[in-house]
Amino acid sequence: MNALTDRFPYLHEAKAPSGAEGWERMYPYFLVSQPDGRDFEQERFWFADSMHWSRAVHPFDSIGAEAVYYGCGVNGARSIVLPAALGLDVRMVNGFVYICPQAVSDPAEIQRRLALFQERAGHYYKNWDSLYANWKSKMTAAIDRMKSLQFASLPEIEPIEIVTEGQGRSVSWSLVENYHRLVDDFFLVWQYHFEMLGLGYGAYLVFFDLCKKAFPEIQDQTIARMVAGVEGMAFRPDDELRRLAKLAVELNVDPIINANDAADTVLASMAKQANGARWLAALEEVREPWFNYFAEYGFLHDQETWNENLSIPLHAISRYAELLRNGEVIDRPVEKLHEDRDEIVAEYRALLAPEEARAFDEALALSRNVFPYIEEHNIYVEHWSHAVFWRKIRELADVFVAAGFFRQAGDFYFLNRFEIDQALFDMVESWAIGVPARGVQHWAREIEARRKIMGALRTETAAPAYGTPPSEVTDPFAIMNYGVTTERVQQWLAQASGGNATALQGIAASPGVIEGIVRVIRHENEISELKPGEILVAAITAPSWASAFSVVAGVVTDIGGLMSHAAIVCREYGMPAVVSTGFATAQLKTGQRIRIDGYKGTVELLAA
Amino acid sequence: MQDWTLTFEQQSALEPAQVGGKGHGLALMAQAGIPVAPGFIIATPAHRHYLDETGMGERLRNAMDGIDKHSLEAREALEREVVAWFDHTPMPSELRNAVIQGYDGLSRALQLPELAVAVRSSATAEDTEGTSFAGEYETYVGMKNGDDVELHVRRCWASAFSARALGYAWKNNIDPLAVHMAIVIQKVVDARAAGVMFTISPTTGDRSRIVIEACHGLGLGVVGGDVTPDRYVVAKVEGQVIERVLGDKHLEYGPDGKAHPVEAGRREIFSLNDSEAIALSKVGKRLERMRGAPQDIEFAIDRELPSGDNIVLLQCRPVTVTVPKTASPLDRALGQLTASVLAASR
Repeated sequence: MNALTDRFPYLHEAKAPSGAEGWERMYPYFLVSQPDGRDFEQERFWFADSMHWSRAVHPFDSIGAEAVYYGCGVNGARSIVLPAALGLDVRMVNGFVYICPQAVSDPAEIQRRLALFQERAGHYYKNWDSLYANWKSKMTAAIDRMKSLQFASLPEIEPIEIVTEGQGRSVSWSLVENYHRLVDDFFLVWQYHFEMLGLGYGAYLVFFDLCKKAFPEIQDQTIARMVAGVEGMAFRPDDELRRLAKLAVELNVDPIINANDAADTVLASMAKQANGARWLAALEEVREPWFNYFAEYGFLHDQETWNENLSIPLHAISRYAELLRNGEVIDRPVEKLHEDRDEIVAEYRALLAPEEARAFDEALALSRNVFPYIEEHNIYVEHWSHAVFWRKIRELADVFVAAGFFRQAGDFYFLNRFEIDQALFDMVESWAIGVPARGVQHWAREIEARRKIMGALRTETAAPAYGTPPSEVTDPFAIMNYGVTTERVQQWLAQASGGNATALQGIAASPGVIEGIVRVIRHENEISELKPGEILVAAITAPSWASAFSVVAGVVTDIGGLMSHAAIVCREYGMPAVVSTGFATAQLKTGQRIRIDGYKGTVELLAA
Repeated sequence: MQDWTLTFEQQSALEPAQVGGKGHGLALMAQAGIPVAPGFIIATPAHRHYLDETGMGERLRNAMDGIDKHSLEAREALEREVVAWFDHTPMPSELRNAVIQGYDGLSRALQLPELAVAVRSSATAEDTEGTSFAGEYETYVGMKNGDDVELHVRRCWASAFSARALGYAWKNNIDPLAVHMAIVIQKVVDARAAGVMFTISPTTGDRSRIVIEACHGLGLGVVGGDVTPDRYVVAKVEGQVIERVLGDKHLEYGPDGKAHPVEAGRREIFSLNDSEAIALSKVGKRLERMRGAPQDIEFAIDRELPSGDNIVLLQCRPVTVTVPKTASPLDRALGQLTASVLAASR
């Protein structure tokens, strides 16, 4: 890359990794830079959303980016009417998702939108609890609807009921209808996701801004700590693992849960134990719904929930059991965490003048009111909805394979959602007519080509940004959710022009300074490679990595803000963490020695 | 009989009109159990008595009435005269005896026959919020007998009429003779390290930060700015040192008040360890709560006292600096958003 000082490469200048040429055709046209829209793209700033998509995405998986930024846009720009912001524009580059916040700059327009916002947002804030209760039932209904969708293989002859009940409608049509219904509900849950999230973050920002004004040097993590919950749904999956570990130790079956054994082996040996049945029953009880939990965020079809890969929770349970055997206490000290939180709040409040303290109380109450939503919505959307969505998609993929349309289920994901719609109709119509589907050969060739492209795309990590950065980043959500600040952009620019490679700057997410050996984790399956005392380096850490945190000495991520469950857990473990470094997984290698400073947000490469 | 001197523990030592700003601060601290260097106060009536009894007050009034207040040269000429008047006009004997007895009593109590003390001015107009008078009046260090203390008390009084102090008083519309000056006499701490602590960030105005600057020896190097002190930032709520910056402490001041060079190896050694910085910050936090405002505190770590119990506060006063607020584009964007959210939520 040449020495660039004031901008990143434009979207259309992005160079495809060798072997990935032509990747653009895999995605819907509107997700890809087009020659006609270059002026628009060039003057804007696009940064990688590796928080949600940490790897290059298969064509079908781009449905997530479409649903997320449709839901985000429609709620922020059109429904709640945020005064100074529209939605986030979205593009794919080399298989990664890039986003671009759209600001409203005309003061008169902001005023006009403000009046609309007051009325609409006001309604939500005033009725938050009942609207949140309503939200949960809407979400549960959507999840149940998705679960009920059937994708049965095409029969040779229609069932007799089609005739005897005078249905006059082919079972094959259910495949087409249910695919549409599944996609519809997927887009619906993402509208629900943003229905309250922007308002939730907005309310949090009131408290954040107040703290920053009163205490200009306060660390973001301290503000988050004053608001964050200590109990609740967001903590349940990990709490259940701790509970199962305790039960295993109590029943003396914990040695069976050996981290080196496959999940099937563990379950089979457990069944042979005297107390094994009791433990297995307890396991079975928590799997629905708490193991419908992605190790990451469930945006990619090849990500697995705990239910789909039991070795992930079993491994965590074995680690907790080991801690117990070593005499450690693994329960989260809920009461103490409550006390600590109350004490910090009281102490900061005591530093304020009386009228400031009143404003502090108001902002804190507002933030705490919305925070359960901020913490829990992921369970409903990113975990539970995504788990059922991908399960149903796999059922549909199997139908394609059974019909001989695809050679293997994995072929499905090399088509985007619109191409799947075409292929599905092709398959159903050919079946109806009684001729070979036209797409079998057509797609077989293309899938082989795309398989090579995906392989090449996956050899690289995402460039942090494209286009023309603003002289100052002022979008509160870009800063709060993605950690994209003016300083960060400047560092990315410097690093993109071949600057300092021995130091990385991120955001201090959890205090402390530690030196240790790097372990770069690119996939959840690699978590088991972590050794005690190592520093976990990843694109983003997921909530379910909590048990790994009891082993590592520190955490460094490419991207992320301070409000995630993972950041909270990190702070609970008292372990230094630096997030949003932009380049950590690209620049650091397993085995290197680094020093991370969780006060300043720095990562330093040390001599071996 | 008039109490010309007061201990830090006496009830009337809590009256600023009696003991001035500095004395008041010390009495507050001492009575709250916060460690201060042992000493006593020569109360303001002694000052008044001296000016009245010796005729010095009238002499000063006449002299000040006769000069051009805006002329620095005239003020400097007056200063030279005033210093000579005070040097040659001893205290009335009852006052002189009280001062000497005060010193001797302190010396006996500490079992130090040649006790070195500091003589510090503590004016009633000094150290109040708004006008700091910081550094306008004199402090003398290293007096070792009653006679010498008596002389330097007079020199402190004289310092209210220095060219600089007069300029400052007149600029702030304060009559220099209306300033009542108490004097604090304190043991010179045998400081291993010393410095200044702000219970607010002086750069950002953040009230959740405590900033400490410290050097080897007495704190004169930090106050006078002739050494680069070590700097510590402590998170007030969490009680953690979050930043430490090593200074270059090429000088250190001994108990005699004189500067000595510091050997090369010790310049790059931190003058305070983390637990001392944290212990100090706890004292600072208590003082701030007690006085209801951010404090500027001079402290020392006494060489002769055991670790953990070796902090001595020399003085404290309210912080008078205010930090100008500048709004960045991000602040404005955030402010706009939060204002609309707040309005909607009400």
